[in-house]
Amino acid sequence: MYEDLKAEAARRKKAFDEDPAPKVHIGMATCGIAAGALETKAAFEQVLAERGISARIHTVGCRGHCYAEPVVIIDHPDSGFPPILYPEVTPGKATMLAKLFLEQGDPRMEHILGAMVENEMIPSVMEFPRFNRETRIVMEKCGLIDPEDIYDYIAAGGYGAFANALENPPELLIHIVKESGLRGRGGAGFPTGKKWAAARNTSGDEKIIICNADEGDPGAYMDRTLLESNPHQVLEGMLICALAVGASRGILYVRAEYPLAVRILRRAIEEARKARLLGKEILGTSFSFDIEIFEGSGAFVCGEETALIRSIEGYRGMPRQRPPYPVTSGLYGKPTVINNVKTFANVPAIIERGAGWFKGIGTEKSPGTAIFSIVGDVIHPGLVEIPMGVTLRTLIFDICGGIPNKKKFKAVQIGGPSGGCLSEAFLDTPIDFDTLSQAGAMMGSGGMVVMDEDSCMVDVSRYFLDFTQKESCGKCTFCRIGTYHLLVALEQLTEGKGETIDVGALKALSEDIQAGSLCGLGKTAPNPVLTSLKHFPEDYEAHIVEKRCPGMTCRPLIAYYIDLEKCARGCDVCEGCCPVDAVFTTPNRKKGIDQSLCVKCGECMTACPPEYKAVIKVSPPHLAPVIERPAQPPKRDAS
Amino acid sequence: MEVELSAAELEQIEKIRSELKGFKKDRGQLIPILQWIQNRLAFLPPEAIEMVAEHLDLSPSEVLGVATFYNQFRFFPPGEHPIKVCLGTACHVKGADIILENFERKLAIREGETTPDRRFSIERVACVGCCALAPVTLMGETVHGHMAPSKVEGLITRVNIEKEVKEREKKAHV
Repeated sequence: MYEDLKAEAARRKKAFDEDPAPKVHIGMATCGIAAGALETKAAFEQVLAERGISARIHTVGCRGHCYAEPVVIIDHPDSGFPPILYPEVTPGKATMLAKLFLEQGDPRMEHILGAMVENEMIPSVMEFPRFNRETRIVMEKCGLIDPEDIYDYIAAGGYGAFANALENPPELLIHIVKESGLRGRGGAGFPTGKKWAAARNTSGDEKIIICNADEGDPGAYMDRTLLESNPHQVLEGMLICALAVGASRGILYVRAEYPLAVRILRRAIEEARKARLLGKEILGTSFSFDIEIFEGSGAFVCGEETALIRSIEGYRGMPRQRPPYPVTSGLYGKPTVINNVKTFANVPAIIERGAGWFKGIGTEKSPGTAIFSIVGDVIHPGLVEIPMGVTLRTLIFDICGGIPNKKKFKAVQIGGPSGGCLSEAFLDTPIDFDTLSQAGAMMGSGGMVVMDEDSCMVDVSRYFLDFTQKESCGKCTFCRIGTYHLLVALEQLTEGKGETIDVGALKALSEDIQAGSLCGLGKTAPNPVLTSLKHFPEDYEAHIVEKRCPGMTCRPLIAYYIDLEKCARGCDVCEGCCPVDAVFTTPNRKKGIDQSLCVKCGECMTACPPEYKAVIKVSPPHLAPVIERPAQPPKRDAS
Repeated sequence: MEVELSAAELEQIEKIRSELKGFKKDRGQLIPILQWIQNRLAFLPPEAIEMVAEHLDLSPSEVLGVATFYNQFRFFPPGEHPIKVCLGTACHVKGADIILENFERKLAIREGETTPDRRFSIERVACVGCCALAPVTLMGETVHGHMAPSKVEGLITRVNIEKEVKEREKKAHV
């Protein structure tokens, strides 16, 4: 049965490869579409139709190079050039490439990022650290195959591991996963093999598998990218898990805020059913398993497994006491295995290539790779998959290009609202589950925000606490009320009203919240505060004592003024761009900012021509010189 | 704030009432049913909550309790042009709160509200997932990257001008 699928996939791939027409691969995941991939595709289609150029457009997923979206790979064998990757292909660029490269064979060297294979004409993308320092297991096929075509996945070797697993006893599958040392990629890092074995050993008439794709962390989007770029790899992982633990029902819990991922998954499940990879008597064997989709309604706490189960059952998503763990009593009291998207996505490769191969990647206690979504102040933001144990310095400076605008590195926030802020001292720490927990952060979802010298740690802590405080389900008193009081204290600090705040009390409250909360949300909510207190005490000091914000981001603590020595006084651009009319001109053409009206948006500073740079930001606000606004601002002549 | 339902919306509610019978009377269906109604109506009016409660044999307060727990559910109709300001981590670091504030000031409504003429509404969203374009705002389905306070006014003016042009064209046809 699988052989038939494979033969069909090979036949289709051969037909596609042997088609002499050039191929245009366009990255069409959410990030690509946000950057304008739909318009780019339309532009290609229009030119191809107008000029009668024969070329095939192949929509693929995302490679994770967010800085370069929309990404287009053009494979034009007749031109004599290798497949070429183009970054930032706007509709205009698309039209130009279609006319000049597809029609006339000129690849327009100035727009190239690199070639996809080694060759003698164009430098390969593999020469860039952003490409060659990565090790891709989970995201290996992302951005290369069409997520909406199951045969694309099968042609790339997909479902081979599952077909292989079908011929082996379940105990062997669990043994391989155990041996490989795979740890749950949801953040806590629980050994996957152990979980599966426990589920296998629990008796029950029906066992359930849930794939947790409720990615609620602001700033992390690797699960979404994976589901949008290669949904079948996740389905295959779930199938292998079902085979191993003896489950017959699977649920994919996806956020409803990911409409594209939901649509692609529905289609993938439909295609898998048609290919008899899901449903009754899979591939002609006695094994039956089916997957349904449950759309999560956007509650951060539902990433916690017991809360997720409650929400499927139709209740408010509130966590409960464990044990019993879901593997013994989960959804509707049945044995339930809950794993993260990335955990399932790792499984096919482990079964195919063996536990020894997987153990060879990463560190001893945390084998395999980690995916980070690196955003904030870096030159090349995006998704990066690296082996565990790579240092932060390599990740931020070598792979992602370092800090833009020649600014200095200040901090990196790892793990979203549950993680922590690490300072420069940790740049040489190898990243894995254990080292991060020791440093007070955690792997969490893998969200990583890099911050330069102009960022304020108090404000970042306030931001994350504001998030967890809103998302707290309200079950435990310390999480419900404690996070509120912690947030109020941080808000006072960022507003310059924190003279009575005692740093020791903040720390004590944080520790109480950790001790008095049932689930991961409350236990980790104070992490951003605790780590920033530990690594950046000077930031707190400045806010409390001097009412100054060293990063100049807390708006109540800063002021803008116009340096009259530098101001050319004639251009009026600052006055024009001010959204609240706070900038004024005195009768002798001096410019001033009315501090009582100013909302500190910084627009005048951005707008002021670089040759003047006359708008200055200061903290604390009383440093700004005062210019009196004339009682009646001089009227501009309307004629 | 009381919401007056339009005739079309009332008709839609009646349709939902009859189609609701197709759903199993099972507590596990509660969230899928609420999502289905919101897909049709764009929000959950009190009538819908009562309907669902009756169908599943629950009290309306229980249904509302579940609905308010989740961020996805809306209880007021969104505007014709829903504005979603991303407040994900990357956008926050690049000053998304200033963008949000500008929209609020310009439209004279708060986040989560709709203008009285039901043309604009402002929402905050956690992460749109295009962090490289931060700060990001969605207007309808269109993503606007690299937002700046001065772009806020432009976006709203553009929508208003488009509306005016359409109206003028309509008049010209008549």
